[in-house]
Amino acid sequence: MQFLQNSLPYILAGISVGGQYALIAIGYTMVYGILRLINFAHGDVFMAAGMFMVFLSASLPLGVAIPLVLIITVALGFIIERVAYKPLRSAPRMSVMISAIGVSYLIQNCALYFTGGLAKVYPQLPWLSDTITIWGAVTKRVTLVTPVLTLVLVIGLSLFIKYTKVGMAMRAVSKDFETARLMGIKVNSVISATFIIGSLLAAIGSLLYFTNYASVTPTSGGMPGLKCFVAAVFGGIGSIPGAVIGAFIIGIAENIIKGLGWTTFSDAFTFALLIVILLVKPTGLFGEKATDKV
Amino acid sequence: MDLRKNKKRDGICTAVALIAMFALLLIMELTMKSTSILFTVLKKGVIYALVAVSMNLLNGFTGLFSLGQAGFMLIGAYTYAILSMPVAVKLSDSVYKYYDCAIGFELGIIPSMLLAGVIAAIFAMLIGLPVLRLKSDYLAIATLGFAEILRAFFQWDAMGPVTNGANVMRQYKDLTKVTIPFTDIRFPPTLFCFLVSGICIAIIVLLINSSYGRAFKAIRDDEIAAEAMGINLFKHKEMSFVISSFFAGISGAMLAMFQYTVQAAQFKSAMTYEILLIVVIGGIGSVTGSCIASFLFIACNEWWLRFLDESANNILGMNLLRSGFRKVVFSVVIMIIVLFFSKGIMGDKEFSWQRIFDFFHKLFHGKKQAVEEVSGNE
Repeated sequence: MQFLQNSLPYILAGISVGGQYALIAIGYTMVYGILRLINFAHGDVFMAAGMFMVFLSASLPLGVAIPLVLIITVALGFIIERVAYKPLRSAPRMSVMISAIGVSYLIQNCALYFTGGLAKVYPQLPWLSDTITIWGAVTKRVTLVTPVLTLVLVIGLSLFIKYTKVGMAMRAVSKDFETARLMGIKVNSVISATFIIGSLLAAIGSLLYFTNYASVTPTSGGMPGLKCFVAAVFGGIGSIPGAVIGAFIIGIAENIIKGLGWTTFSDAFTFALLIVILLVKPTGLFGEKATDKV
Repeated sequence: MDLRKNKKRDGICTAVALIAMFALLLIMELTMKSTSILFTVLKKGVIYALVAVSMNLLNGFTGLFSLGQAGFMLIGAYTYAILSMPVAVKLSDSVYKYYDCAIGFELGIIPSMLLAGVIAAIFAMLIGLPVLRLKSDYLAIATLGFAEILRAFFQWDAMGPVTNGANVMRQYKDLTKVTIPFTDIRFPPTLFCFLVSGICIAIIVLLINSSYGRAFKAIRDDEIAAEAMGINLFKHKEMSFVISSFFAGISGAMLAMFQYTVQAAQFKSAMTYEILLIVVIGGIGSVTGSCIASFLFIACNEWWLRFLDESANNILGMNLLRSGFRKVVFSVVIMIIVLFFSKGIMGDKEFSWQRIFDFFHKLFHGKKQAVEEVSGNE
């Protein structure tokens, strides 16, 4: 009982971080499913959403700022795809990945320029930032909201992919790019839709994540970004439920490791997990079911 | 055309150019102030050139998309710092403040540098065993992950007696401590960097032109065909990985010498990205391209674009120029290169004297005559 009481804060934090990772990981897994591209810039889009929030909430009421952040982030994701990835559609995969790294470098440097390299304090969101107590563990309300919101969004997304025409097109494109084009699917708009959904979820994830961490720096997107990619690989790249489960596992394990006093290794653990999973089961937990691929 | 004659001529030209370059460097170092920004750029540029060429050996010549270069530089830098630090410093509190240093000996500069490369290579061998079985982008992310693990490992508290935890390493033998053998005369630091990098790059070039190099290129172009021709895929990939890491380790050691202080936190994935961008700008698969690009990259970053960061240079009352603007401009330029000039400066070609001579022939005699001249030489 005592043990539970001690470790509860870490497990709660883990579940919360896991939910936030899940929202980012979906962006990775969907893009990889369609373009076979590790979108290195996705973590920076997530960071940029945090920055937009910091700057917009300084002058606008939150009711206006939050929707505006979501819209701008979606626009950013869309523009990145159009400008940096679309011209390279027929180029070797390595060039697209290099382009993604270049975009990531650009976004980080822009953020560095606009912030002057200082950590920006993230605004307090009313209700979400309130502290609550669960069985003696003090935490913010966002910790409880995150997993619920994540599940709702994931279920919504799964239904979207299963039953709408755009979702069906996404599945078709991820299965076979060329054939989908022959069947009259507008591949470019499907890819854009993927980036839009991914960026939207990353923006929501950033609202939740930075409410917990309270400050944004130009490099704060890098590490979560890589971890979320690992989560996507762990769950089986291309699979949405896989990405979500992988993200929760990584979030919880990371916080337990922090709780044990091995904070230096919380990041290293994620990559060790990646290497183990790639060697033991390269398809990930849910990678085999081709029908799940998006 | 007489190939042997041309080869001899090219060899002489290269030797003359190299001697001229080193002589020029020596004269510059003896006459100019050592604090000049030119020397900083030259030193850092040549260090980055070595690591860029080593990355090119992997990415450009063997076709292994690895992003672990910063990790191996980290190993090299730390190994060098630990081994070359004088025993007196190790025993005092000035560096190992919170730990008792476990390494009770010190080595000279050259043995420390060599060991820095060797230890990086040993780590690479161990990492390569599992990782090199992965394909393209999984390999990239796994090597990136290993670099991060290495960084965490070097900052670990339990490693404190060796690596000084997350604290700064300093007071080891830096570039000012390099002397001419058997004397106490200071070796010109920039010349030293050029000499070490030059030797290393020359070894890499020899390797690329050897039968092993041809095997690497075969693997890059088509793995299945290479295997069918009897090339042991794993052995050659591992070899390329280990050699590349060895030289990354040496360049890490030189970076440590150049910087006077070294800290694990510096070797982030952003550093690997920078090296990768240098390779791309120079042209994937071109050694000379990587060298040119690294000097351009460092010169722009440290020197030529500095004015963009000065708010005093603003015109028309716009508050555009301030700290960090240089990097924004720079990354936009890089994006333009990546998107529209994906071949980089050199593509996959190398610098050749023949092309230079042809160029001058064209310049002085017009195009038609140049062709005649060349055919007349036959």
